[in-house]
Amino acid sequence: MTTSTRIPKEIEEVLSTHRRGFLKSAGLLVVSFATGIDALVAEAAAQNTTAAEPLGPYPDPNFRQLDSWIVIHENNTATFYVGKTDPGQGTGTSFRQLMSDELDIAFDQTTCIMGSTDITVDQGGSGGSTAMERDSWPMRRAAAEARRVLLEMASGRLGAPVDQLAASNAVITVKADPSKRVTYGELIAGKKFNVTLTGANVNVVTGVAKVKPVQELKYTGQPLQRDDIPAKVDGSLKWAVDVKLPGMVHARNVKPPFACAKLTGIDESPVRNLPGFIKVVSKGNYVAVVCEREEQAIHAARQLKTTWEKSATAPFPASEDLFEYMRAAAPTSASHPIVMGNPDTAFSGAARVIEAEYEIPFQGHTAFAGAHATADPSNGQMTVYSNDMKAYSMRTGVAAFLGMPRERVRVVYMQGPQCFGRSAAEDAACEAAWIAREIGRPVRMQWMRHEETAWDTKGPAFLVKVRGGMDAEGHLVAYDYNARSCDYNHVGYNEPDTVLIAQLMGSRRAKPAAGSSAMPSEVYAIPHRRMVGEVVSLPLVWETPLRTGNLRDPNGPQSTFAAESFIDELAAAAKSDPLEFRINMLTAATADDTGFRRARSIAVLKAAAQAYGWDPRPSPKPLGKGNILTGRGVAYSFRGQTVVAQIAEIEVNRQTGHVWAKRLVCAHDCGLVVNPESLRHTVECATLHGLSRAIHEEVQFDTEKITSVDWVSHPTLRHADIPERIDVVVVNGDPNPNRPDLPPYGAGEAALKPMLAAIANAIYDATGVRIRRAPFRDARVLAALKAARL
Amino acid sequence: MSNITLKVNGSTHTLDIEPATPLLYILRNDLGLQGPRFGCGLGQCGACTVIINGAAVRSCILPASSVKGDITTLEGLSSNGRLHPLQQAWIDEQVPQCGFCQNGQIMTAKAMLDKNPHPTDAQIRESMNGTLCRCMTHYRIQAAIKRAAQGMSKARPASGKEVGA
Repeated sequence: MTTSTRIPKEIEEVLSTHRRGFLKSAGLLVVSFATGIDALVAEAAAQNTTAAEPLGPYPDPNFRQLDSWIVIHENNTATFYVGKTDPGQGTGTSFRQLMSDELDIAFDQTTCIMGSTDITVDQGGSGGSTAMERDSWPMRRAAAEARRVLLEMASGRLGAPVDQLAASNAVITVKADPSKRVTYGELIAGKKFNVTLTGANVNVVTGVAKVKPVQELKYTGQPLQRDDIPAKVDGSLKWAVDVKLPGMVHARNVKPPFACAKLTGIDESPVRNLPGFIKVVSKGNYVAVVCEREEQAIHAARQLKTTWEKSATAPFPASEDLFEYMRAAAPTSASHPIVMGNPDTAFSGAARVIEAEYEIPFQGHTAFAGAHATADPSNGQMTVYSNDMKAYSMRTGVAAFLGMPRERVRVVYMQGPQCFGRSAAEDAACEAAWIAREIGRPVRMQWMRHEETAWDTKGPAFLVKVRGGMDAEGHLVAYDYNARSCDYNHVGYNEPDTVLIAQLMGSRRAKPAAGSSAMPSEVYAIPHRRMVGEVVSLPLVWETPLRTGNLRDPNGPQSTFAAESFIDELAAAAKSDPLEFRINMLTAATADDTGFRRARSIAVLKAAAQAYGWDPRPSPKPLGKGNILTGRGVAYSFRGQTVVAQIAEIEVNRQTGHVWAKRLVCAHDCGLVVNPESLRHTVECATLHGLSRAIHEEVQFDTEKITSVDWVSHPTLRHADIPERIDVVVVNGDPNPNRPDLPPYGAGEAALKPMLAAIANAIYDATGVRIRRAPFRDARVLAALKAARL
Repeated sequence: MSNITLKVNGSTHTLDIEPATPLLYILRNDLGLQGPRFGCGLGQCGACTVIINGAAVRSCILPASSVKGDITTLEGLSSNGRLHPLQQAWIDEQVPQCGFCQNGQIMTAKAMLDKNPHPTDAQIRESMNGTLCRCMTHYRIQAAIKRAAQGMSKARPASGKEVGA
């Protein structure tokens, strides 16, 4: 975007005029600048990291001030400030596309800064696939308002009414005489808009201007390359793990060897004379070692002698006994049943009743690198550098945990291994901050692999019982769904009293979080239904590595595995093609289709079928001969307003039980597509994440500790697992021609939902064996095949 | 502590360090490199991969004193400001999501292509199988390797005679 060989001019301007002097504060590290100036930015950032200047107190950027969102520079470029974080789905690039369109500025003349609590408004960071669906709207409205204000300013400057002006590429001209022109930079650079926006909260904040109709958006809908990728492949990106501060030291945790264990002694003698040793810090059951160098801290944490007392009662059953335990446990809570029609009567009148029970174990976030954060306590403030997607709640959480005023804490978001929800990055931040305050020096904390895999928060295990009543024609007329999740004391985002270090130091909530279960995500027309979600608790729920927290599409993959496996069982019982069976249930009530949800579902299922080349027939197919059995399975979900249908074609090795998804199709409708390339990428990766959870991921434990502690004992998808072919079909829109302006809906999490069921259904199609327990690891599949005498 | 000399991306460094220190921490914390990263510390994931004597090596479990040979990191792949064909292919295929593993993917792929410029799909899967990715960008990684292999073989002269001609 610039050919300058020095620090870009707009950065200098920001430096001199920006209300917060952010460049000096290393907040610059988070920028996702356009291709071409990455190196310059990285260089400037590197210089500024080492010269990090403790500032503070730190403001809350006012979302009702236009200047908080957009700064226009003398060289006619713009910087957008948004309260989001982009862990790699390309949302930052998409925000620029939308805002460039609304502002009428060339995309490559813009940059976007995200997620630093003192310079970007609080939009909550990331989560829930809300980037486009919810959070892009205030950005668009702010950009539209900036354009409106600039046109008014130009009207005065050019002596022409606004309606006789045109704005394009950050230049405003008089329509009748384009030689009369003024640039945005000439109008506003070095000055502030000083325009107040209105709205009760950041999600609804708006100016006077209206956003453009979709048809007038130029960059929106274009497959522009992501602006964060070049620095990720040439080694120039400075990640949260790369933060280096003057005087910084390294810390490593000494985790309890058993869940819910009590620390009874620390013997420092093995570490006291180690090179670089600084201190053992401990409070309650929390222990960490601090050293000058990273490898010294790792070594010292291994050498430190600690003694622990096991809990009197077993904190949890062993993983192989988990579902028996869950079956027998009294629920800690249950949702109010959702009842439609009269299910009891319908069941009693049904020609046939089918029941099944599904089991999904705990699955981990298992971020690619151990949780980490660097905390700087300089000058009585606390700056935390973190890759946590929730920078804003981290600020509040760290402040509350430390008992510091919130204005003295800031969080600088930087790139890191993708979090997938409430990850241990939040625990590491409080640990780094606490130790930094204890020793008065900047502290870099990182968890080791065994800590990350064992102690990160888990997606809850689910036990789901489903019952279906069919009439004589094979239609589903009654449906009874009961989900039971092991989710009591669910850990929220950046909670100062449930973050792991707080628990280890003795913090207890009087009333633990209730946790949640989940309903099926579909819009089938089933006349009589009853659905309930229950939660059960493990015996002990504090200071345990079996703590649950939001994991990408929380509870969705679990409930959809059960619900969509069961639909397949019904289709098989009815000897119907499983795809047609679904479409029939969606078609049955399209006359009563508020919001065209069923019409859109049918369109997406048909798009998947067409891309795959689906030939209608009941499952299972006649059993093949030879070692490799092939089959195909479909599953579907409706999440929020996003529709997904996935088809998996698999091979099952009869001798080994190994399942390979040879081909995957994902048809996806999330409304308005801002960047089709980023969307395809997001959908593809989420689909494969679903595959990983279908065939690999399971947290295992004995009655006192997690035994899944690394990539061997908690495996993840590998290159050899990757399908030969993946088709992502972007359906993009409502089949109803009267609704051209569908807004954007959430994209990523929705695509994770159906894959477990699609694989299970494909295994059934190939083998005639229904596996109701995920994941479909080789040994489990082989055992199921042998049990069926295959 | 003892003096250890390392040649990294063409530059020679002599450092006074504990000889058992894994190479990764020296590259990152003493030499300021950001390509190799800590992922597991167990040699299981590949995030820390560097190339030594043409082989992709896990620097998180490699004692610095045992290094014999020139070390290349991700930062050393580009030459004269031009990205390595693999890096360019990574951009063309828009491979990364979070990107944290991509150092290992690119460096492992480079070591593979240097030995086998025309890998089959099966060879790519096998060579890359120990290099993990939690964002699940594997499909694009494999596509990018194929793209780079095609581009690199196009750029390579067909025979020594043609170069001389």
